[in-house]
Amino acid sequence: MTSIGTGYDLSASTYSPDGRIFQVEYANKAVENSGTVIGLRVKDGVVLAVEKIIHSKLLVPEANRRIQTVDKHIGLASSGLLADGRHIANRARDEAASLLSMWRSPPTVQALVDRVGLYVQAYTLYSSVRPFGCSTIIGGVDKTGPALFIIEPSGVSYGFHGAAVGKGRQLAKTELEKLKLSELSTREAVFEIARIIYLVHDDAKEKDFELELSWIGDETGGLHLPVPKDLYDEASRKAKESLENFE
Amino acid sequence: MDHFPTNWGRPRNELYDQYNTFPLHQRPTNHTDTFTDGVQRTQQPIVTGTSVLAIQYKDGVMMAADNLASYGSLARFRDITRLHAVGTSTIVGASGDMSDFQYLQRVLDEIVTDEFTAGDGNSLGPAEVHEFLARRMYARRSKMNPLWNALLVGGIQNGKRFLAFVDLLGTTYSASSLATGYGAHIALPILRQDVDPNPDAITEEAAREILRKCMRVLYYRDARSLDKYQIATVTSAGVSISEAQKLDTNWDFAEKIRGYGSQTQ
Repeated sequence: MTSIGTGYDLSASTYSPDGRIFQVEYANKAVENSGTVIGLRVKDGVVLAVEKIIHSKLLVPEANRRIQTVDKHIGLASSGLLADGRHIANRARDEAASLLSMWRSPPTVQALVDRVGLYVQAYTLYSSVRPFGCSTIIGGVDKTGPALFIIEPSGVSYGFHGAAVGKGRQLAKTELEKLKLSELSTREAVFEIARIIYLVHDDAKEKDFELELSWIGDETGGLHLPVPKDLYDEASRKAKESLENFE
Repeated sequence: MDHFPTNWGRPRNELYDQYNTFPLHQRPTNHTDTFTDGVQRTQQPIVTGTSVLAIQYKDGVMMAADNLASYGSLARFRDITRLHAVGTSTIVGASGDMSDFQYLQRVLDEIVTDEFTAGDGNSLGPAEVHEFLARRMYARRSKMNPLWNALLVGGIQNGKRFLAFVDLLGTTYSASSLATGYGAHIALPILRQDVDPNPDAITEEAAREILRKCMRVLYYRDARSLDKYQIATVTSAGVSISEAQKLDTNWDFAEKIRGYGSQTQ
């Protein structure tokens, strides 16, 4: 990288001469090396999935969850540094509670993402802090319907029909583009999202991984919940099958 | 040593510390807080709900309250729900100040959401909700600023029924049939007669009938009551709060009442 040694990458509060902030770009690298995270916004809800890389066989299964609940109707999946993701989730919970107490109605996902985005962006302004090393996918169902956003380390947020971040995002995005997302049900989306996570996982390079799945929609009564065990098992079984057919 | 320089060299406050009994470090300050007189605490409830009734029965807990919020003796709001579901296995019914109850509803919803977002598989049951309310009510009365309610908390936890009472002082007790306010005088004896011998023998329909009977008695006797009421049930299937229903009443006997009012004989 040409930026190294120039001195412009030592702090988030210094631009390079061509107008870039290298610390923010490095933060993106932390995300690119992390397990893939996908979000789907479909007809009647949102589905989130994480390829959680298991770095030790000694870990308790289902420990260190990457999908978290922010409000009853809003879920969050983060890729990149896990601890940073947890900090953002805690902040998002506070913001959601504050929006609720301010407006006395459940916050829209857009409103929450705006607030969390501002918070993330503040960490790109000062030399005393480092930008967050994680991209966050926030999804939920509110009064406007299903909504899905990514917040990047720079603080920008975009809305998506299908979102993918992390190591396998390129392959995942090409798979997402093949889907008719606005016609899919959440139940169908669970199968698709599990299939894509299994597809993008690189067996040769990576160690084991754990699939994390959560959904929000009519089937959950508008709550953000983990996908039930039987559906989870079926989805990952089908995903493995389709992988064998694929190869 | 008194570390507040404003106290140094000043005489004791003769009003509070006549015999110099206060240790130095907690000697009352001589100046008075400008705002002390401006602070007002709840002296009385304003918009109030009357009795709440609750019983245990075969499948769980059933609770009833009418839809009236009175402003003194004026029947001010006639479509108020005084039963509030907390999570998926708890019901809270409130009599007393309705604004304090609405505040409590918000607080309860907040802790339920906090517990839900933790995502650790635990959730609040009726025992926890009751304990929380009891602590909160007692803390507020200790600040001389009580939340002016008498609350019933019912539900199901680990397959066991739960029903308990807490009021503005933080007093708690528990029984298989409970009532607040006027109902504790008028309806509770009837409830005890019907329920206490064996709650397990009471079917849902029988429980509904017992509560309906008591709500009717209360409507005849309690001048702050309404003939529109709701019934909430908590079973292992979850919480459900009924639509508002009307009591059927018969006032024929009123014709025969003599001895007061405008009638002379």
